[in-house]
Amino acid sequence: MSSLNPSAETVVAPSLDIEVPKVVGLAAEYDDVTRVTEAAAQVRDAGFKYWDVHSPFPIHGIDTAMGVKPTILPWLVLTGGLTGCAFGIAMTWWINAVSILPPEPFNWVNLQGYQYLISGKPLWSLPASIPVIFECTVLFAALTTVFGMLLLNKLPMLYNPLFKLKNFRRATSDRFFIVIDAGDPNYDEAKTLELLRSTKPLTVETVED
Amino acid sequence: MATIYSDPSSVIYREIDNAIEIPGKRAPLVLGGRDFTSVTEVVTDVNLRPAPVGWYIGFGVAFCLFLVYVTCVFLLLTTGVGVWGNNQPVSWAFDIINFVFWVGIGHAGTLISAILYLFRQNWRTSINRFAEAMTIFAVVCAGLYPALHVGRVWLAYWLFPIPNQMAMWPQARSPLWWDVFAVSTYATVSLLFWYVGMIPDLATLRDRSKARLGQVAYGIASLGWTGSCRHWHRFERAYLLLAALATPLVLSVHSVVSFDFATSQLPGWHTTILPPYFVAGAIFGGFAMVLVLAIPAREWFGLKDLITMRHLDNMAKIMLATGMIVSYAYCTEIFIAWYSGVHYEQSLFKFRALGGPYAWSFWAMMFCNAIVPQLLWIRKLRLNPWVLFLIANIANIGMWWERFVIIVTSLNRDFLPGSWGLYWPTYIEVGMFVGSFGLFFTLFLLFCRFLPIVAMAEVKSVMPQAHVHHGEPHKQTHDQRRSDYSPDEGHRKH
Repeated sequence: MSSLNPSAETVVAPSLDIEVPKVVGLAAEYDDVTRVTEAAAQVRDAGFKYWDVHSPFPIHGIDTAMGVKPTILPWLVLTGGLTGCAFGIAMTWWINAVSILPPEPFNWVNLQGYQYLISGKPLWSLPASIPVIFECTVLFAALTTVFGMLLLNKLPMLYNPLFKLKNFRRATSDRFFIVIDAGDPNYDEAKTLELLRSTKPLTVETVED
Repeated sequence: MATIYSDPSSVIYREIDNAIEIPGKRAPLVLGGRDFTSVTEVVTDVNLRPAPVGWYIGFGVAFCLFLVYVTCVFLLLTTGVGVWGNNQPVSWAFDIINFVFWVGIGHAGTLISAILYLFRQNWRTSINRFAEAMTIFAVVCAGLYPALHVGRVWLAYWLFPIPNQMAMWPQARSPLWWDVFAVSTYATVSLLFWYVGMIPDLATLRDRSKARLGQVAYGIASLGWTGSCRHWHRFERAYLLLAALATPLVLSVHSVVSFDFATSQLPGWHTTILPPYFVAGAIFGGFAMVLVLAIPAREWFGLKDLITMRHLDNMAKIMLATGMIVSYAYCTEIFIAWYSGVHYEQSLFKFRALGGPYAWSFWAMMFCNAIVPQLLWIRKLRLNPWVLFLIANIANIGMWWERFVIIVTSLNRDFLPGSWGLYWPTYIEVGMFVGSFGLFFTLFLLFCRFLPIVAMAEVKSVMPQAHVHHGEPHKQTHDQRRSDYSPDEGHRKH
């Protein structure tokens, strides 16, 4: 495990191409929801931007403590739903109400609609097409929700230096972690360590890549 | 003399029976003084420890029934729909009865997940994972029936709006096509909802798995989830949005299935009560199936502290309520048939209940759906898991009879007496029905073995330890303590 003793040295043999593990952040471990929330508020107030809290479940109130801005996902879903609605309307209109070939260069006979004339009922009947349009709306909105959420979260991301921390496997079980990225402008190994230590965690470790 | 452990009005007693109501103090949803660690352990042990012998026995039986199913389907595909007992006038029979039966069962899962979430019913967190799994597998069983009943199954792709050389498209005004969209959308959305909800729990399994294969498989399935609160923020928004989308979906899908009947002209089918009647019946039958799965699961997988008596009590109450809505719908149908003065409608209900060849099935349905669930008014019976199991099974059987009554009695005697005819199922039909339970339980047992059967992350978030205390507990104002997650006074663990 990494040493927090600044006078210890990592010996590198110059003739071999060994990768030296680079410190990419600090991880503080907690076992209490209140303490981690208060610690998060302190880290937020210290002005850090590239940091995160990890927990096995969504903590009520952590978004305010971290200063997380509301996500744009609902707007994406609205757009997806409206697209689905437009698609449903266009599809039910095209396939049953018109019988023209699409314009060049899409004038393939496969795409030509087929007019079903059934007992004189209107060819394009919005009330009769509503179930299909509704289902298209919901389908597109749901697909946008799921894939929008995964994309915004940059998932799947199967490699993460945090997985190398021995204790981090409890982040999905019963422990909470605050991880501050070394690339943050406010990051200073000693001062950040001091800040995290002052929030009374169980342990603080360096994250190496 | 009542001690705090035996006095039912004491908060501590609720560690034993949390179905007791004490006004002003929320009942604990997780018993046994558990903390996050022990909740994780009890749920992941089901997947990470070797399976109990009972699992192998159950899987063996289910797989044999599944093979029966495959055999019957093979005979159907190679010989044709003539192997079934469908005839004129009863052109829809076991195929559509079973389709509606399975689709109805599938609705409770989404109801528990989505609708109870919107109603902030925190008790849903112990049961929503396997209820959603039940939905997926029920929809699989359901969806196979329309695909197989078309006759030329190799042309089943004609159901979808795919451009083809004949310039032929499906008819958007037909309820049968609304079914295609409804059931496909429902299957897709349910699958996505189920999978997305599982990602954090799959990450837990990844982190606790000792076997390399488990680590890799759960690792890929959990997409690298780290529990980042920034991710949780978007995850929670997505979950709320999916719940809000799935709710109208539940209502619309079974309404669309009911339109298969309601948009026809047959007496007994052509009524506007059918959509709400079907939806209520689906919820009733679905909760019955959830109980049939939950009661053995909590017993055999050691989940009694997570799926508690309160959960069973709540599910029993919902079953009772929806059972009464269904009974009301039966009475409404009969009343309106008389009130309408329409000769055909009146005759149909006379045949259904009194003189027709299938009147026995009507009374079986009434007994199972309208009479037996009334036992759930009795608290002692509600809180007895095995009585509840029996009542839930009877409710399921009753819902099957309901679809039989609706479909077969209406078709068997319609307008012209010269067209009347009887129907009896063949071995292949019965084999396919029994075999579909094999398919369902095979998939469900595989789910129990390999996937997290309780939503651990959600259960943890409704435990008192998940509540952030602002300031010292004894200095909290009354307002600060009034929150969804406030711990009970006198609860030992903080």
